[in-house]
Order: sequence, then C-alpha cells, then structure tokens
Amino acid sequence: MRVGTNTVIGGTLFAIAILVGILAPWIAHTDPVMDANLMLAEEPPGREFWFGTDAQGRDIYSRVVHGARISLTVGVVAQLLNSMIGTALGLSAGYFGGWWDDFVTGLTNLMLAIPSLIFALAIMAILGPGLTSLLVALGLTNWSFTCRLARASALSLKSQGYVQASRVLGYGDIRIMITQILPNMLGPLIVIATLGMGGTILAEAALSFLGLGVRPPYPSWGSMLSEARDQITTAPWLSVFPGLAIFLTVLGLNLLGDGLRDILDPQSRSRRA
Amino acid sequence: MTLLAVEDLRIDLAAGDAPHAAVEEVSFEIARGETFGLVGESGCGKSITALAIMGLLQRPLSIGGGSIRLDGRAIQDLDAGEMRRLRGKRLAMIFQEPMTALNPLLPVGRQIAEMFILHEGASWRDAQRRAIEVLERVRVPAPERRARDYPHQLSGGMRQRVMIAIALACSPDLLIADEPTTALDVTVQSEIVDLMRELCAANGTAILMISHDLGLVASMCRTVGVMYAGRLVEMRASAEIFKAPAHPYTRGLVASLPRLGSRAAVGQRRLQEIAGVVPSIADFPPGCRFHPRCGRMTEICRTDAPAVRTLPGGGLVRCHHHG
Repeated sequence: MRVGTNTVIGGTLFAIAILVGILAPWIAHTDPVMDANLMLAEEPPGREFWFGTDAQGRDIYSRVVHGARISLTVGVVAQLLNSMIGTALGLSAGYFGGWWDDFVTGLTNLMLAIPSLIFALAIMAILGPGLTSLLVALGLTNWSFTCRLARASALSLKSQGYVQASRVLGYGDIRIMITQILPNMLGPLIVIATLGMGGTILAEAALSFLGLGVRPPYPSWGSMLSEARDQITTAPWLSVFPGLAIFLTVLGLNLLGDGLRDILDPQSRSRRA
Repeated sequence: MTLLAVEDLRIDLAAGDAPHAAVEEVSFEIARGETFGLVGESGCGKSITALAIMGLLQRPLSIGGGSIRLDGRAIQDLDAGEMRRLRGKRLAMIFQEPMTALNPLLPVGRQIAEMFILHEGASWRDAQRRAIEVLERVRVPAPERRARDYPHQLSGGMRQRVMIAIALACSPDLLIADEPTTALDVTVQSEIVDLMRELCAANGTAILMISHDLGLVASMCRTVGVMYAGRLVEMRASAEIFKAPAHPYTRGLVASLPRLGSRAAVGQRRLQEIAGVVPSIADFPPGCRFHPRCGRMTEICRTDAPAVRTLPGGGLVRCHHHG
C-alpha cells in the first residue's frame, strides 16, 4: 500500500512534537519557570536564546519545548476521553435503539447546539483553572461528532450477516458490540480522533489564552500566547514561536487524519490502486 | 425420541390494527439425529419458522400461537439468558451467504475458538487448539495455517466449511441449515452437503434443512415438509413425495425440476412451471390458499380451507382433491 506524502509529513510533524514533549528536560536549555533574569528581558532571537526571551527574561525555546508536554497531554488525553464517551454512547444507541437511542440522539443534538468552547468555559469557571479541570472541560464537551459517527456505523453494521450470525451462535449483546461491531467501525473513529486532537489542542490554547487554562508560570502554548499579547508589536517573537508550535502540530494532525482516512477506507484504497 | 416438536405454530406480522398470520397451523416433529427438509418458494414462511425456533423473531414478527418444544420444554417460556445459552450450544444455524456471515476483521480460527470460550468456558489456548481440530474435521487443508487466515482469503466453499465448523463446534442437537448451498458452485454444493450429512450423522445432530431446491432436500432428508403461503401443505417421507406427490403444489414443484435426459433438459421443451405467483401475506386468498394457481380447483376450494388428512401410505396432505 502506498502512503501519501502528506501523510508522511503529517505523521513526522506529530511525531516530532511528541518527541520534543518527551525529551523536554534534556533538550531545553534552561528551566522554563525558574530561570528568569530581568537583565535579559525581551532579547530577540539569537545564538544564545534561539527563540529570544520573554518579559521576565525566560528562554522562549525552553518554554515552547516544555509547553509541548502540557499542550499534547491535554490534546491526547482529552481527545481520548471524548472518543471513549462518544463511542460508548453512539455504539450502544445505534445497537439498542429505542428510548436509549432517542435519549442519546437528543443529548448529542443538545451538545452540538451549545458551542463547545462556551461549554468548556462554563466547566472551567466552576472547577477553576488547572490541568485537571482542563482535561475534564475539554474531554467532556467534544464527543458529539464521534457519537454520531459511532451511532451511524452501529446502525449499518448491526444488520450485517456476521452480526446476525453471532446472535444465532449465542453471543450476548455486549460481546456482539465489542467483538463484532466495534472493530469494524474503528477506522473512521480513528480518523475523527486524530482530527479532533488538533481541535482539542487549539481549544486548550484558546482557554489558556483566555486565562482559564494552565496557571502561570507553567508554560503551555496557549498561555504563552496570552502572556505575549501586550508585546506583540514590540517583541513579536514572544507570540510567533508558540503560535508556530501550535500551527505545525495541528497541521501535522490534520494531514495525518486525512491520510489515515485514505488508508483505512478500503474504497479509496482500491480507487488509488 | 422427539427432539423438536413444533405444534400448531402461528407467526404474526404486526401491520396496522390486526396482525396478519405469516405462518399458521404449522406442526412437525424432528427426532434426534433425523434430517427434516422444509421446501417452498420465497416468502412462504420457511425462514421465519427457522428464526422462531432459534427464538430470534424480531418486530414486526412474533409468535402468535402454538408451541415450539425442545426436549419437551417450550422455548417461548425460556428467558432471554437461557435462550441465548441454547443458541450455538444446542441449536446451531448456518446461512445462505458464507461471504457475509463471517467477521471480516477476525481470523477464522479465532471465530471458531470463540464458540468454545463462549459456551464451554474453555481457555484461550485450549479453544485455539480445538478450533484447529474442528477445521480438520470439516476437511480444510492445512488447518493450522488456515486458522490464521481472514475470511477474504478463503474461497466461498472454504468459508461455508468454516461456517459449518463454527455451527458444529459445540456438537449441537439441532442444526438449522437455511439454504446452505445456494451461493455455491454446483460441484462445491455436493461436497458441502455430503460433509454436513456425514458430520451430523457422526455427532447425532438432527438437521432442519430449508431450501427451495426440492432435489437437494429429497437427497438429504428423510422427511420433507412442503410449505405454501404460510401453511404446510404436504409432509411425507422424501422417497414417497417424489414418486407420488399428493398435493397439486408439490406436483407442480416436482414437475418443474429439470431431469437428466428429459426433453426439457436438452432444451427441446419448456420446463414446467406453476402459473401465477405466491400471494402476499396481506391478502392470502380465502379457502385453500393455493386455489388461484391450482389446476384442480373446484367451488369448495374457494370457500373452505382443507383440513389436514392422513394419506394411506403415511404422510399428511392439506387438499380437498389430493391423490
């Protein structure tokens, strides 16, 4: 099977972001929080400070590298939460039908009607800022698309011959859902999860930008952007580098998601062949 | 000894206010190890009778009356859990379409092994080993290697063998085969039929064979029931039914079979057909349901539904003018 160039680029970008996050303590030049030096405030990018320094004289390169940890953790964990909730609700709704299906469909429509960022804001306002509340806020608000997709797949898969056959062979409902239906709808769900991860990273950036994300002085890409707002004309490097990090990671995830869609969809596979 | 007794079964199709009877007054018995065939055109109710036996009728279909007894116990009275444990363990079923009845994402060995884990609580290793044994029994060559294959890597005949292996894995008491060979080549058909017959005979498994192929059923089954428009119209030993079909409908079916060496088979004469089509469930004709298509129809056929009569040589028929 041929993998498209875009998929390779996307995968590489995302892999680099993950690697940077994992290796942060070793590849960062200074401590992102403690090594403030007001004598070196707002230094432009140069040989010593690759990405320049911020208003407190902290090395922006080190902060972007460490920020990857928080941004990616939030992106991956919150999206996993979304995927699990959406899949469980959608799969059971499509499989069982009846009042449960009506309830889940109604709930999904409700979630789609409320802008998810506003909903996340409300949850953050209740729980207060911090990493855990970020995960909860973003992990509970973005499952509606996954849920719809899972429900539609379950509806079409449950009439498949092998699902009927497994019922005849004495499989229970849970076993049918897990062994027969779930594996067969995983392809599109993985694609949605990959694309959604980009969205979640952006949402984390937005919440942190609004001051409801990770508490300063700990760096996340969104909070760095937020802090850089006032100096955007005098010291643009403060906002350019965290912005670039978000841009490249989300671009990578979107390219990867698109590529996975082609790889996991047998029809587009045969079209290409 | 009677294994399965279907008595006066009625299956309702809910539509509007009053339910239509899709199947009614169907009674037959299958003894342990016996082979019983159910023949009829599409839509005559044979497949839903099978689903009723498996306890898998879904809305809008439901059992409207009569009883289905397995070893004397009415299966309608079992709760969902008991019924589920019965399926696959004591009652097994294979379908027409071996192409779609296997999960495309699981190796076939795993799908067989699942039966031992599910119904006998076998360990994963043990189940895997027994799956290979079962594959060997259905004469799949190189079973160790085939067990790791995915369904799309197997031919239609091989897939049907795998289906048989899954169905017979737990040595069920009754195997329901719903048109098991329709989707297969003629040469493969006879192999599959022989295999089913042989394995069931060895295990003492009774077979309920459902088909529109009278020839296949007659060669495989000891007793044949012919269904028309939701009713059994004739039930006899298969040797008899070919020699002297009693019901006009059965006679039509037998006459429409191509025979080797007959003029029709060499293309000099049209094959016999039964004029008309099967009536839809919503408007079964009054009286004898076959009367609009019957050559022997008289006035009584329009008004009175014929009762079941016993034929002199054994067997049952539902016709005013049989013989």
